Amino acid sequence: MFVSSGKELIENCKRDNIPIWEYTIREEIERTGYDRKKVIDKMRHNLSVMMNSSTYAQDNNVISVSGLIGGDAVKLKKTADSGTSLTGDFMVRAMARALSSSEVNAAMGRIVACPTAGSCGILPAAVISAGEKLNKSEEDLIHALFTASGVGIIIAKNATMAGAEGGCQAECGSAAAMASAAVVEMMGGTPEQALDAAAIVFKNVLGLICDPVAGLVEVPCAKRNIAGTVSALTTADVAMSGVKSKIPFDEVVWAMYKVGKNLPPELRETAMGGIAITPTALKLQKEIFKESEE
Amino acid sequence: MRDYGVFDILGPIMIGPSSSHTAGAARLAKVAGIIAGGKIKKVDFLLHGSFAKTYKGHGTDKALVAGILNMDPWDENLRTSFEIAAEKEIDFEFLETDLGDTHPNTVKFIITKEDGSVTQVTGSSIGGGSILVSDIDGQKVEFTGEHPTLLTQHRDLPGVISKISSILYEENINIANMRVYRNGRGKMATMALETDNPISEKVMDLVKEIEEIENVKFINPIVEGVL
Repeated sequence: MFVSSGKELIENCKRDNIPIWEYTIREEIERTGYDRKKVIDKMRHNLSVMMNSSTYAQDNNVISVSGLIGGDAVKLKKTADSGTSLTGDFMVRAMARALSSSEVNAAMGRIVACPTAGSCGILPAAVISAGEKLNKSEEDLIHALFTASGVGIIIAKNATMAGAEGGCQAECGSAAAMASAAVVEMMGGTPEQALDAAAIVFKNVLGLICDPVAGLVEVPCAKRNIAGTVSALTTADVAMSGVKSKIPFDEVVWAMYKVGKNLPPELRETAMGGIAITPTALKLQKEIFKESEE
Repeated sequence: MRDYGVFDILGPIMIGPSSSHTAGAARLAKVAGIIAGGKIKKVDFLLHGSFAKTYKGHGTDKALVAGILNMDPWDENLRTSFEIAAEKEIDFEFLETDLGDTHPNTVKFIITKEDGSVTQVTGSSIGGGSILVSDIDGQKVEFTGEHPTLLTQHRDLPGVISKISSILYEENINIANMRVYRNGRGKMATMALETDNPISEKVMDLVKEIEEIENVKFINPIVEGVL
């Protein structure tokens, strides 16, 4: 059975001298009884859906069902192509990818929930962008997705990944933590460095609430996917520089869960708090539901 | 502590925007359509709780119609399900209702078929795209569709269950879960039998031949991808 803590995960990887992705693949084979090829091919299929969702809305004006969001990934792509950005083409392209998946999701397109539909932009954007920059193969990207999944299993076992339970820190926060760990292993970092990155990402979003306007997975969710992607990528550089998390991953996950549980229900996906109850949000909500009732 | 697999974390592959309000709704409607069987003419969707309040913004309505059309939760045609239903001359209506003390994402399907018969199915989308069917034609049941599921309606007489289980044994099919529901001794009973292995046409035919069986349905797990 898959280990229940980051500490044990590192110990197991060290003992067998393998990365997190390899440990995760072996455990999945053990759990399901499927052969290695089958398990890897299933992830390959996930990757192909991620490739599409993270690209499509950069080239097409994709508008959500409610009409609330859409068309912004195209704008970011233009900025990346023009070479005029402040933070560099790499970062803007990654942001465009994150937004693309989120826009595709809101427009009833096909995505991989990773770990949720609301946070579906982060992991593909981080892994695909890092892979492109580092000239990684398809196999390498698939391995990175296993790293992310392995880290996600530990989070799911000890905390929650649902916005309704733990706020956005649990949803986009988990996605970004998983993505950062995946990018670290892709860059040749150790399992410790991967979990340091995940811990640092969590610490930087601790307390982030879930406050969707009109209860829809659109505002502010899509832009939080951008923020999660940026955090995942920048934190990978932090961890690869040898910067450690002073608080270990397991304790950070515990803190995240505790904070989530302490959030009042208004700030956990009920659309009863945060930006969801600002005058503009309430006006938008009225417009959306009035329009769709006709 | 629950045991998670890799694809519980990265997955499911689905049509957005919401695993509970879109993917789960499509899955539930697909299972309801299979339970009804036959050619469907009209469906009334009675929406309860959060489904009643937010179904339009999440595309729950389109997902439900898509499921009735036998589409999978990851089918990109899901968003044009209304048009496809119109082409196939299937009528549908959404009614906001109160189904009492039940899960907030619950639907009652009233499915009218071409032969005039009506099947009623109630179920909930319980999170992450998973579902729970709770009522078929007024009979309480409980199954998730995650395993291959054999549903029978049979006369509640001694030996019926053993006849079914010996057919499964002969075909080397392992039973994972079995629940029998009945309204009273000797009356009609409903059985939901979940197995570890797929159930073939041959097994279905053998089960149908059992004298006390009135009706048998088989629901394959709705799973995307290569596994």
